[in-house]
Amino acid sequence: MIRVQQQDFDPAEEYHALRDSGSGTGAIATFTGLVRDSGDLKGVTGLFLEHYPGMTEQVIEGLVREASQRWDVREARVIHRIGRLALSEQIVFVGVCSAHRGDAFAACEFIMDALKTSAPFWKKEITGDSEHWVEQKAADRDRSQSWD
Amino acid sequence: MTTDNTIVVKFFARLREELDTATLEIEAEPGLTAGRLLQDLAAKGGNWAQLDGAQPVMIAVNQVMTKPEKELQAGDEVAFFPPVTGG
Repeated sequence: MIRVQQQDFDPAEEYHALRDSGSGTGAIATFTGLVRDSGDLKGVTGLFLEHYPGMTEQVIEGLVREASQRWDVREARVIHRIGRLALSEQIVFVGVCSAHRGDAFAACEFIMDALKTSAPFWKKEITGDSEHWVEQKAADRDRSQSWD
Repeated sequence: MTTDNTIVVKFFARLREELDTATLEIEAEPGLTAGRLLQDLAAKGGNWAQLDGAQPVMIAVNQVMTKPEKELQAGDEVAFFPPVTGG
């Protein structure tokens, strides 16, 4: 299940949906990303998130498929928000259920790391008096490549 | 009946803003690659000059990431954008 949406999401609902995925599930790993106050700029008050409709969903579907080939993945749920987001709002959710914790942790982290460098989303940081398109970080590229 | 010989070109994020362009339509021509199209657009000068390799530009054709050598066909959707920063 992949959703790109403006509205907020409820991690508890997503967790319950993952729990209902069947009796083979023994582990659920989830990650939630939030808007924080300092990125490229200090004093960030919010973000604007742009995406490439259609391609975004295809790329994330591909990442979930790849994760399912590498690890035991019973179900994966990925939600990414777009548009204007205020400080501390939720940006992204990745949840994976698996038979065992190792696969759940690994698949969740892989999807998140790969999403950051391959899914066509762009963040613009907003402060009191300026806006700034965020630059891709070498550390994010390194994390993503570490799964190759 | 007319044949549609166009290629749709899309720009996103910082490029969309700095070029003041979200979408362009161009005529397909034999041998045109995504990289050649970038050079042609860079030759327009001004803010377009940044497409000449000064800044990293990612390329997708029909919503799949690709390389500058990719040949473009009539009906293709090509997108140019800065390195992605979601998550």
